[in-house]
Amino acid sequence: MDYFAQQLINGLVLGSIYGLIAIGYTMVYGIVGMINFAHGDIFMIGGFIALITFLILISMGLTAVPVILLVVLLVSMAITAVYGWAVERIAYRPLRHSFRLAPMLSAIGMSFVLSNFSQVTQGAQVKPIPPLITGGHSLYEKGDFVVRLSNVQIVVVITTVVLLAIFTWLVSRTRLGRDMRACEQDQTMAALLGVDVDRTISMTFVIGAALAAVAGIMYLLYYGLVDFYMGFVAGIKAFTAAVLGGIGSLPGAMLGGLAIGLIETFWSAYFSVEYKDVAAFSILIVVLIFMPTGLLGRPEVEKV
Amino acid sequence: MSAPSATPLLAIRGLRASYGKVEALKGVDLVIKPGEIVTLIGANGAGKSTLMMTIFGKPRARAGQIEFDGRDITGAATHDIARMRIAQSPEGRRIFPRMSVAENLQMGADATNSNDADRTVSLERVLTLFPRLKERMTQRGGTLSGGEQQMLAIGRALMSRPRLLMLDEPSLGLAPLIARQIFDAIRILNREDGLTVLVVEQNANHALRLAHRGYVMVNGLITLSGTGTELLARPEIRAAYLEGGRKT
Repeated sequence: MDYFAQQLINGLVLGSIYGLIAIGYTMVYGIVGMINFAHGDIFMIGGFIALITFLILISMGLTAVPVILLVVLLVSMAITAVYGWAVERIAYRPLRHSFRLAPMLSAIGMSFVLSNFSQVTQGAQVKPIPPLITGGHSLYEKGDFVVRLSNVQIVVVITTVVLLAIFTWLVSRTRLGRDMRACEQDQTMAALLGVDVDRTISMTFVIGAALAAVAGIMYLLYYGLVDFYMGFVAGIKAFTAAVLGGIGSLPGAMLGGLAIGLIETFWSAYFSVEYKDVAAFSILIVVLIFMPTGLLGRPEVEKV
Repeated sequence: MSAPSATPLLAIRGLRASYGKVEALKGVDLVIKPGEIVTLIGANGAGKSTLMMTIFGKPRARAGQIEFDGRDITGAATHDIARMRIAQSPEGRRIFPRMSVAENLQMGADATNSNDADRTVSLERVLTLFPRLKERMTQRGGTLSGGEQQMLAIGRALMSRPRLLMLDEPSLGLAPLIARQIFDAIRILNREDGLTVLVVEQNANHALRLAHRGYVMVNGLITLSGTGTELLARPEIRAAYLEGGRKT
């Protein structure tokens, strides 16, 4: 039971990170109907920018952890957002009215460009940082077994919840959010009502990239390292999460992220670490066989 | 009742447009003066809806000129044209199916009617014209009946405080009673608010009775124009568009 509780905590934390990335996949799919394969690498870029910002702040002699965290959060969200914007502008927008596979191929290319760019400029080795947030709480102790909730885990979960709340408010209550949903449902009609569709699509990439940056920071805090290749596996997992939750559905992306995080963690804990990816993808296949639109995806039936 | 012969609100000259290789508009001339109701009638596929969409730059005009209020808008971006307060209830209504009725109306107001007080006035107006929408405010657009969707599409267009309202087949697929409600609403908007309206219709009888002037479109060209009563009296119009139609 205690072991189970510990794994539950670990799974939820990992799932939060996947969920934050998955939102970017599902948003872009909803609005432009393409899978942005470079999104995982945007997450990686976010991790690197966070790392660099950390080191700069620490070398400046800053020690207050909350201040460091806040600055890192804002700086990497902002810079990563610019990357997201640029990727759309350079690689997708010129191909928007091309054949369907063109933007996808371009996305795969962009993914290589970003990871190779990091490899060349930052080096191929794994970049560790000293743990910034230490300590934790023992929730439960029995003999020599302790259920621990570390402070990093608390920070990851709280940041995720707060950002999701802001994001949900943005999508459901603001004009930008309405414009995004309008473009997702009928771009021509949105334009007829004065919505600048290109700008709205750009903003979708910007927001998705900012959330991926947050995931990058969380990853860096949690695992204490980044490398140029981390976007690939995390990206595929998050994409799987988006499909599992129902691609195009925002709550689905988060739910799918948590599901993948939990499956992976529990499989590693009770069966074998080597097969954790197999477990995650197998569940995906099973879900898609029985629920082709994913957990929260909508069946494509609308009254005309 | 007849509109002042001021500068035209909308002036279209020699407009050509095509979908792919099919030329849908082959040199259309059309003028709408402020305060007028103008109708465009014609058979299915004559190019009526294409004309409406071409005014918004979708598809782009291949030749000719579109002037709104003295300004050339021929090459302008669709959203910029909409922001000049030209509103459209397009073919197929195009309600946002997964937004509430309230949000659909809000979408109409967002770009050109951002002042809270003005927006409240517009909303009051829409809900007075179509009280049915009031009961549906929280319902998703996709769950409305055809007539309600039509009301919502017109209401959404009105929320932008339009200077020119364009309606594509507002009576299509509606029960006669509801169609009449919608035509009444157009009449009231024109009379009380001085709204300029372009109505595309297949129901020539209704449309010509409603409009000050009408244009007849055949195969991408305007073949006839005149006042509503003039056109109603023409034998070729009666033969082509009113045959079998009810003459009430």
